[in-house]
Amino acid sequence: MKPKSFTYLRPASIDEAVQALARWREDARILAGGQSLVAMMNFRLIEAQVLIDVSDLAPLAYIRESNGEIEVGASTTQAQFMAWPKLAERAPLLNAAMPHVGHYQTRSRGTVCGSIAHSDPSSELPLCLATLGGSVVMTSSRGTRVLSCSDFQTGMLTTARLPDELITAVRFPTRKPGAGYAFAEMAQRHGDFAICAVAAMVSGKTTRLGVGGVAEMPTVREWSGLDESGIDDALNDLAWDLGGTDDSHATAAYRRGLVRHLGRQVIEEAKKCLS
Amino acid sequence: MLELKEGQQHLITMTLDGQEVRGSTEPRMLLSDFLRQELGRSEVHVGCEHGVCGVCTVLIDGKPARSCLTFAVQAAGRRVDTVRCLADKDGKLNDLQNAFRKHHGLQCGYCTPGILLSAEAFLRENAKPSEQEVREMLSGHICRCTGYVGMVDAILETAQKRAPAATP
Repeated sequence: MKPKSFTYLRPASIDEAVQALARWREDARILAGGQSLVAMMNFRLIEAQVLIDVSDLAPLAYIRESNGEIEVGASTTQAQFMAWPKLAERAPLLNAAMPHVGHYQTRSRGTVCGSIAHSDPSSELPLCLATLGGSVVMTSSRGTRVLSCSDFQTGMLTTARLPDELITAVRFPTRKPGAGYAFAEMAQRHGDFAICAVAAMVSGKTTRLGVGGVAEMPTVREWSGLDESGIDDALNDLAWDLGGTDDSHATAAYRRGLVRHLGRQVIEEAKKCLS
Repeated sequence: MLELKEGQQHLITMTLDGQEVRGSTEPRMLLSDFLRQELGRSEVHVGCEHGVCGVCTVLIDGKPARSCLTFAVQAAGRRVDTVRCLADKDGKLNDLQNAFRKHHGLQCGYCTPGILLSAEAFLRENAKPSEQEVREMLSGHICRCTGYVGMVDAILETAQKRAPAATP
């Protein structure tokens, strides 16, 4: 339950971090909050030769709004994001989801970008990013690119990030005028990994529902003109399409039940929030 | 760029419960092990060692942190507080500790140091928490003795007593 030996690097700038990544590539891991990475290192599920600590990198500690997006820098903690005064008004879905992200004690160190980088299938932030249709900003010695979240997360704990790329920020679309949002999840204990998490966005005739914790990555489905008569069938189809499996926390049938039940709950709640 | 090589001992300093301390550590050493093994601070308890149980919680620059998910080198130059920071120099318990005692907020006491530190940090941020907020904060800890009811009562009572007297 102790990590393997590694060399610890603390770059003083984004440039230094990117240079270190270019040199060490697959042998390096980026350390931000460490709330998933260090646990996995303790289990020896991850063995890194080099850790590049960006948790204290001042240029990456920011939350800013521009062009209809909220951009969160890579060293911004989940607690800092939750305390952002405009969160409820500008990002109601994230405001509803953040209290479920880990615990009070892990959010103080865990970062928003770290959660996206880790891409756990039951994690709330990747689910919100997928439901809102956000993007991820990555920098390497070759330049900077922005990937839409649908191109970024490729599977369970896997992303399109290349070994020399540093995730510098994540961008969430801000609240759409006239749209309603809602979030719900079922976990064994508040803050634990979600057995099923759902995020809904309703705007005009469009209903979007993201589901986490069931398939190997967050899955988003969009319906046009979904009404009361069609909602149960639509959710039932989605529940079966996700192909959840039995594990020590829940059976596949229970998970399908949660998709149907929580899915309806958040769609109804999001409709009520329509302004 | 700071570089601390693997397998080598590096001298670090930190302010621990108000005192400047130093010790040597490899990069791989967890803060929990550093505090216990290098500095002999056995009041930092260790449970699951993967961030689930919360027993190893300390405060880093006033914020709660799982010391089993933090490397000692990350705490270099920072302020680290353990449960020792709560009582005064003569060992007199603070109000939160006394409330835990009064409300039977502990039984075997193993999880208590981490919970006290979380609660202390939480009350500094949220002076008037609801019971639901206290329970959500406590969800980051595991206690197998008490059932948490006494802790919730102790934390709520402390918050109430610390609040400036309400104006009629």
